[in-house]
Amino acid sequence: MTIRVIKPGLSTTVQDRGRFGYAHLGISPAGAADGLSLRIANLLIGNDEYAPALEMALLGATLEFDKPAVVAISGAGCECKVGSYRIVANSAIRVEAGSVLQCGSTTDGARCYLAIRGGVDVGSVMGSASTDIRGRFGGYEGRRLQAGDVLHLGYANQAQPRRLRTGALEEIRERRAIRVTSGAQRDWFSDESYAKFLDASYTVSEQSDRAGLRLKGEAISTRETKQLLTDGIPLGAVQVPQDGQPIILFVDQQTTGGYPKIASVIAADMHRIGQLRPRDEVRFSGVSIPDAIDALREQERWLTTVWQD
Amino acid sequence: MKIIPASDSSILVEFGDKIAPEIQDLVLSLFHALRAVDDSRICNLHPGYASLLIDFDPLTLSHNELTALVESLASSKLTAAADRSSVVTIPVCYDSEFGPDLADVSAHTGLSADEVVGLHSSATYRVCFLGFTGGFAYLGGMPEALQTPRLATPRRAVSAGSVGIAGGQTGIYPTETPGGWRLIGRTPVRMFDPQAQLPTRVQAGDIVKFAPIDRAEFDRLQQARR
Repeated sequence: MTIRVIKPGLSTTVQDRGRFGYAHLGISPAGAADGLSLRIANLLIGNDEYAPALEMALLGATLEFDKPAVVAISGAGCECKVGSYRIVANSAIRVEAGSVLQCGSTTDGARCYLAIRGGVDVGSVMGSASTDIRGRFGGYEGRRLQAGDVLHLGYANQAQPRRLRTGALEEIRERRAIRVTSGAQRDWFSDESYAKFLDASYTVSEQSDRAGLRLKGEAISTRETKQLLTDGIPLGAVQVPQDGQPIILFVDQQTTGGYPKIASVIAADMHRIGQLRPRDEVRFSGVSIPDAIDALREQERWLTTVWQD
Repeated sequence: MKIIPASDSSILVEFGDKIAPEIQDLVLSLFHALRAVDDSRICNLHPGYASLLIDFDPLTLSHNELTALVESLASSKLTAAADRSSVVTIPVCYDSEFGPDLADVSAHTGLSADEVVGLHSSATYRVCFLGFTGGFAYLGGMPEALQTPRLATPRRAVSAGSVGIAGGQTGIYPTETPGGWRLIGRTPVRMFDPQAQLPTRVQAGDIVKFAPIDRAEFDRLQQARR
């Protein structure tokens, strides 16, 4: 059973949960930008929730299946067709041998996930199938998919396909501010600067990718004149370089950096960062660490309640 | 030692605010102690010049519990990081083909190209930590006379193995990336191999020396690598 790439889309990569335990070697986690959608797509077809799947950014891929397969699409809205039939997202779909699945542009977010029963088999590098674009390893030959690539499937299915309750996913689509906790260098910024950061509305710049989302808007200044000694960067840290325009460091981030970090996106909102598109508006709201962890627990509980029966 | 939450899933342990070998020893000692604990709830460790960032799973480990673990490890005598370090000699060809900025470094420092190479290759360096990208070593110990600011406009692509200078730092690009360091040479040795059991040529705490080689030796070593 193989899948042939006819058109690769804009930036289609193999991703799973990500690569952990190698930050001290300078290796970023990579992994799905919207891990929640990856899990839902996999669970719909009975795969392990973090089985390797295709992450498609802004414009999806066109793929030919040589044998029957079961797939699910989740994440950003995206018009997908098999032949001339439109297929629905967030549902297990059977694709017949020889058919062509065509994924269009995303309509309400940046990335959608195509999970295939069995999972995409690209082997594992340092414990993960995720593509490390900058390091050129993991995933499919360490790069974005290209026309003519042939993907093989694995055996990551252990469970029965599932169905979502009607309207179950509407809750996570709700637009609200991205929640943040104080960053490691919060005290490099005055209370006024921090308040300004939380009040401001930013626009996601075109120069944004999986390594970092560059924001444009209210400039934030530090009260420190000293230079930060390069230190570790947690996932979702918001750093403020000299020009005062914040950058959200994301899954392909550098593991260390030298700019002060004013805030950190909470784990429960990380999937929403993965759905931000250039020109989207971003606002932040400050929460405490206990509230952030409660939100994560609540999200995990919610994920168990979205299924029928 | 100061412990601050860096996010809902990480803490930053700070040992000081300057670059000094005794502070780096503390960072690496805690790093090795946590590696030895081998707790699956700890996801990633990021040593820096004077701090260690610890990423963890907040659903199974709390900030308080991890803080207590760090404090107990720090209060017991941490093993000296130097015990684990090895000395790694990296052959470098300083020919102008590989060192397009050697002339700039010469002009800026007032040293001849031979003096730049002589100083750079006679110093002993220490890997403070790896960061930025896979296998990129932040080296401490470059002679002050070699300090040269980075390029005003970074190159779009710097070849893997390139050895550069940026301010008071020197380092080797492990993979081809964009970069703004002044390039003075290149090593034929592979600094990063994601498929290898130990993916990076050097580890935090290692002692690094550069050995000048000529072009013929560079070609021979590069050939041998294949």
